[in-house]
Amino acid sequence: MPEIVLEEREGLLSRLSGALSELMAERWMKGAFIGLIGVYLTVLVALPLYGLLSKSLYDKTGAFIGLANFTRFFSEAALFSSLSHSFFVSMTATAFALPLGFAFAYCLTRTSVPGKKVFRAMAMAPLLAPTLMHGLVLIYLFGKKGLVTKGFFGAAQALFGVSGFDIGLYGATGIIIAEALYAFPPVFLILSVALSMTDARLYEAAEALGASKFRIFRTITLPGVKFGLVSAFFVSFISSFTDFGAPKVVGGSYNVLATDIYKHVIGQQNFSMGAAVSVILLIPTALAFLANHIIQRRQSAGVAAKAVPYSPGINPARDRLAFLFCAFISLLFLVYLGVGLYASLVDVWPYKLQLGFRHYDFNATGGGGYAAYFNSLRMAFYSAVAGCVMAFGAAYVLEKFKEFPRLRQFCSQLSLLPMALPGLVIGLAYIFFFNAPGFSIEAIGLYIPNPLNGLYGTMALLVLSNLIYFHTVSFLTAGTALKQLDNEFESVSESLSAPFTRLLTRVTAPVCLPAILEIGYYFFVRSMTTLSAVIFLYSADLPIAAVAVANMDDAGDTAPAIAMCMLIVVTNLVARLLYGFATSGLQKRTRAWTRR
Amino acid sequence: MTSGREAQNAHLSVWGVCKNFGDFTALDDVSFNAAKGEMLCLLGPSGCGKTTALRIVAGLEFQDAGRVFINGDDVSMRPVSKRNIGIVFQSYALFPNLTAAQNVAYGLVSSGRGRARSRERANELLALVGLPGIGGKYPAQLSGGQQQRVALARAMALSPEILLLDEPLSALDAQVRIHLRSEIKKLQRELGVTTIMVTHDQEEGLTMADRILLMRDGKVIQDAPPDKLYDQPATPFAASFLGSMNFLPALDVGDPKRVGFGRVSLAVLKSAWKKGDPGTCQLAIRPEDVVIRAPGAQDVTYAGNVLEARVASLEFRGPLYRLTLRLVDGPDDCPPLIADVSARLAGRLDLSDGAAVQAIFPVELLHVYAGGL
Ligand SMILES: Nc1ncnc2c1ncn2[C@@H]1O[C@H](COP(=O)(O)OP(=O)(O)OP(=O)(O)O)[C@@H](O)[C@H]1O
Ligand SMILES: [Mg+2]
Repeated sequence: MPEIVLEEREGLLSRLSGALSELMAERWMKGAFIGLIGVYLTVLVALPLYGLLSKSLYDKTGAFIGLANFTRFFSEAALFSSLSHSFFVSMTATAFALPLGFAFAYCLTRTSVPGKKVFRAMAMAPLLAPTLMHGLVLIYLFGKKGLVTKGFFGAAQALFGVSGFDIGLYGATGIIIAEALYAFPPVFLILSVALSMTDARLYEAAEALGASKFRIFRTITLPGVKFGLVSAFFVSFISSFTDFGAPKVVGGSYNVLATDIYKHVIGQQNFSMGAAVSVILLIPTALAFLANHIIQRRQSAGVAAKAVPYSPGINPARDRLAFLFCAFISLLFLVYLGVGLYASLVDVWPYKLQLGFRHYDFNATGGGGYAAYFNSLRMAFYSAVAGCVMAFGAAYVLEKFKEFPRLRQFCSQLSLLPMALPGLVIGLAYIFFFNAPGFSIEAIGLYIPNPLNGLYGTMALLVLSNLIYFHTVSFLTAGTALKQLDNEFESVSESLSAPFTRLLTRVTAPVCLPAILEIGYYFFVRSMTTLSAVIFLYSADLPIAAVAVANMDDAGDTAPAIAMCMLIVVTNLVARLLYGFATSGLQKRTRAWTRR
Repeated sequence: MTSGREAQNAHLSVWGVCKNFGDFTALDDVSFNAAKGEMLCLLGPSGCGKTTALRIVAGLEFQDAGRVFINGDDVSMRPVSKRNIGIVFQSYALFPNLTAAQNVAYGLVSSGRGRARSRERANELLALVGLPGIGGKYPAQLSGGQQQRVALARAMALSPEILLLDEPLSALDAQVRIHLRSEIKKLQRELGVTTIMVTHDQEEGLTMADRILLMRDGKVIQDAPPDKLYDQPATPFAASFLGSMNFLPALDVGDPKRVGFGRVSLAVLKSAWKKGDPGTCQLAIRPEDVVIRAPGAQDVTYAGNVLEARVASLEFRGPLYRLTLRLVDGPDDCPPLIADVSARLAGRLDLSDGAAVQAIFPVELLHVYAGGL
């Protein structure tokens, strides 16, 4: 008996080790992918952020001064005012964007207003342009020589006997209008999702109990979207709080945090003070993001599994009112785009109103002209392609692989971090990180030359900064799409001895293609319009369109600046059309397998 | 515990498998064997570890201790792709963007067969599960039962050693479920594939399995063929999980052939004694095993164990009546006795609330669960 046991054990042992190596091969391969995502996020998010935080503790000359930058910020009224200004304009802009976005979303989800598709598309219009353009158009409307200020070139005087009207655009007013415009699309999107998720049975029950319309609104509609409202509030707040483009153009002498950072870094070359103000910008942003994240997590636990979708009946009076409101808002956006176009075509505003394409020439102005435009186009295209790969890839690896749970969780958390980072913060952090010739780790007396130093001032770094800046939203989009796939697909595929790549290419990616397209479109449009992430990273021989707009505006070339904005808008419109064609083509193909 | 030799002779063998999720013990020393072509059913209440056991056999989850053998090979550390098994999940997990034929051919193509041959074999398999000619349809265009069979065909495509079914019928409505039970069983017999099926539906287990592994809290309670499990449940839990069972408080009088029951004593077989919950002694009899006679009637078939009873209520159930009886001579804490009688007999006895009857416990159908054993 003993020898049998012995023989058995030896056989087992050798077989066990053989099996172990087979198992390890796949495990390590997947581990390598997870590790890759980990390195990607650590190098591009965690380390630069750490660099920025530590930089804020040094002075101009590189001497460690602890929190002195911060004490200076809070004790000097001129510096501190930018923080209260930032709070004031973002809260006020949110106070406009939230009710308007809610009303618009309500009309499109809870009434039978005609033309929903058109209105839905119109609501997204402000996203097609850089926020710089919001400011520029406002100048053309309400600025010193603006249409409204000058009474429509005297037409108002002639017709109604009123001269122009000056709203005092430069400063808080201009920033607030521009930011409200900028925050409108995301607020609308979040609230229309929230409003369309409410359970119709609640309304039926309330009506059966004879509750009044107002009571139903107060007791069912509002509580049903309270998480959506909170989320919209935070998103609107963050976007206004961190925006750089609009305050740069219409802020005048009204300083906010974003413009202050720029002034410290570019104007005074005081990088460490810039870093300190960045940290001050970062903290409320990150807190708002964190609060939102916690609240949303609580919400998803409370959603009923099987809600009956609400379908609004016909109510002519209500629907007409809704139509008027939606048409009014859409008209505002159309006027906005129209004024932009008109201003870019007018020869000399407001004296010589002949139209022409003179300002689209860019020869007489700085900023880079068409070279900048084509650089932006290339950057947006690369960002779209690489963004799809990295954001979807990260979501896929972290969602579908089961190996190394700790590391995956770490990566998931890092993936959420970029959403809390303002573009200027990313840009500044990247200056510190990629421009550094090397890092010395004093604790162990080690000096490591920076292997990534060569990236500084290249297209690659611009693309990388966009990949990170827009990572979280895309990562979450991909994650949502992937979560809708049966978790057992992986098990089935494995049990049929197919490698995971086959499942990915044959099933997972094709089924998620709509989400992948959406991610690509999002990366493209955002990269085309962003200013804050790239303004610290472009170089003279690599000009970028949005930066060119800012520089032309600085130089007083407002008309070419808005012409460049129009080029960006038109490009994004074309991208939108292509995206629309691609998705509708895709829908036709997938209809075969999604419907009976 | 199964010996090593025996395990290596069985087609599938699971030895002393333990699995913890954090502090929680999902499987506690689970062992079982399955012979070639046998259909084994893991049965038990929700959360008892059936799916976990199945996933460990599959290689989708790895045990903390213990081993799994297939065909005598230790596959304990092999991933699912190296175990040659087919799986059908509760959700079927059919790939939505692939047609039925493409779904079935999924594993065939990656196994290195040509595309044409794979397609041919996929159509063969679809015909085998009774779905010829639906190869071009997408899963969303198929009924639940058809989807289930496509999943089965896909799992069988690579002629697996072992077929694993996790609640294969639970997503279907009752009619289709009963039909598919016999279909799957027939197919399994024809193909002669060793199968493990997980279910919490006792009827499914009883009708389909060659052997049932009854589980509770991560442990195997009883491992027996369905009829044996029903007739000789090893514990009170096993007795109450399958079918209904009356449990009546009894008294161990030290005689293996008799137990005390209220004011009387009843005859039992020596083999009727099984281990029960600590500190208890319970008589157990299934409702359909209780014999009901008119009061005073003499029945030569049943000599002893005759008890006086009164009908507390009766409930019409189609082919039979379910009676709730009060036993006149039972102990004070005796719960009501449930007994099933055929509708015909109930009519003959003219049963109504309050009627007096005789309840007879046939000695060979009585079980005793005693904690002291
Ligand atoms: N990955 C996991 N992590 C933590 N706990 C788990 C995990 N998988 C299973 N469990 C727990 O182990 C126990 C057994 O789970 P299992 O899925 O095997 O039950 P089951 O018998 O299949 O139940 P059901 O009939 O409900 O499917 C459950 O209590 C479950 O919560
Ligand atoms: Mg289960």
